[in-house]
Amino acid sequence: MPEPLATALGWLPYELALLVETLLKIVALLVPLLLTVAWYTYAERKVIGYMQVRLGPNRVGPKGLLQPVADAVKLMFKELIVPAGANRALFVLAPVISLTSALAAWAVVPFSDFLVIADVNAGLLYVLAMTSLGVYGVIIAGWASNSKYALLGAMRSAAQIVAYEIAMGFALVVVLMAAGSLNLREIVLAQEGGLVQWFWLPLLPMFAVYVISGIAETNRAPFDVAEGESEIVAGFHVEYSGMAFSVFFLAEYANMILISALTVIMFLGGWLSPFPEWADAPYVGWVFEPGVHWFAGKLVLFMFLYLWLRATFPRYRYDQIMRLGWKVFIPLTIIWIVVVGIAIMAGLPPWFDGV
Amino acid sequence: MFVQLVFYVLGAVLVASAVAVITARNPVHSALFLVLAFFTSAGIWLLLEAEFLAIVLVLVYVGAVMVLFLFVVMMLDVNLAPLREGFIRYLPVGAAVAVVVVVEIALVIGASGFDLGSMPAPPAHEAGYSNTKELGALLYTVYVYPFEIAGAILLVAIVAAIALTMRRRSGVKTQDPARQVEVRRADRVRIVRMPAEKRERVSDR
Repeated sequence: MPEPLATALGWLPYELALLVETLLKIVALLVPLLLTVAWYTYAERKVIGYMQVRLGPNRVGPKGLLQPVADAVKLMFKELIVPAGANRALFVLAPVISLTSALAAWAVVPFSDFLVIADVNAGLLYVLAMTSLGVYGVIIAGWASNSKYALLGAMRSAAQIVAYEIAMGFALVVVLMAAGSLNLREIVLAQEGGLVQWFWLPLLPMFAVYVISGIAETNRAPFDVAEGESEIVAGFHVEYSGMAFSVFFLAEYANMILISALTVIMFLGGWLSPFPEWADAPYVGWVFEPGVHWFAGKLVLFMFLYLWLRATFPRYRYDQIMRLGWKVFIPLTIIWIVVVGIAIMAGLPPWFDGV
Repeated sequence: MFVQLVFYVLGAVLVASAVAVITARNPVHSALFLVLAFFTSAGIWLLLEAEFLAIVLVLVYVGAVMVLFLFVVMMLDVNLAPLREGFIRYLPVGAAVAVVVVVEIALVIGASGFDLGSMPAPPAHEAGYSNTKELGALLYTVYVYPFEIAGAILLVAIVAAIALTMRRRSGVKTQDPARQVEVRRADRVRIVRMPAEKRERVSDR
């Protein structure tokens, strides 16, 4: 416990103080995260707008910057409609599960060497377990809505998530082989030493597989057949309105940011600086020290990639999504497990000579 | 103190959800209660400092197996009325069997098995303890042969499952994605040069 917090909470019994400290940490993580989500939707509309030679939202506030606030207010005052014949309890539970699993995984994400809520030994497994729960929100929403479009969307989405989770899991197996640890902080520390030391280079195919599977996992364009509006209206959340709908929306964007953060941690060295040898430079040297700013910069890069892909790619056909996941990515990851295994046994420099 | 409180809460939720799995009228609800049961037992494993097992339980059973269960239960339109027929008729037999089983279990285990003293909590590990590492060390040294045999059996099962679906039928139209991608304009479209024709009006005929 940091010193000022310890003195402030010293009068409480130890376990209660620990609880309060953890709650404070969670608030300190979730508030910025949810604000990022809110303005990420604004950034999305703006970026896609400019890519399509439009202005995007520009009415509410200067340059439309208050648009997320207006959207939030509108969604909160909208009526929550539960369809006739819907399973009421599960209908309400589904968005809650979606959001919980999207937020719970953030507990082990390290933002810098010490900025992490829970430095768990099996952090990578925890992330996999929590993200695999997200599919329940989708399935339950689709089933409880008592609507065939919602059920069809849920089925597509669940099949897609299950398929790409395997490829993603194997990609992560390669990462943990290379890093020799399941702890996310240690995975970053294993990449210490500049741009070429990061895992994106020795694990380049896995990097590509992970980024693409991440987009498919979050059901984003070009893999958004789960909500393909020209085919099945809006997919699993077609019956949701108002705040219940926006909770799904929040979960989707929180998941996008999470996948971006995990990509940064596992392949691009997390908070490490790409050119640590320049840290001695006069005046600007501090920029090249490792720190949260590098993490944030890389994170924004991947968040932008999501929007860029959505604006520029046509939607994949459903059978081709399945083919890509099962027949291309999974064999590729298994082959790369063997390749990396050989590289580790051979001690291939500069990545695996220290393992 | 706190740990015991957590244990009893988790235990109560686990027992309640396990009962609900078999009493819930809707099969989808049953499956979801089973998910809750897995989740709470993962919590109990966490209390025993077995974090690898706990997370893998969630990952494998909750994240994969139960999703497929739910899939099947949701897709099948299970008609419950015939399944519940004759409940009263079979109740005496069922109840008698249940009583016999309970008595037998009680005779074998006895009251001593439920004494908290006979099952002390395992001692806490030191700070650097990693459950994952310990399990890995055991699996790849002491239990390496059983582990590899289990792996081989699973591999055979996977290969068999795939082989069952690999039947070749003739006369079926399928798509070959590689050929679809390789298509060039020349394969599909033929551009023909034609001299412009003089427009012919109906009144000229």
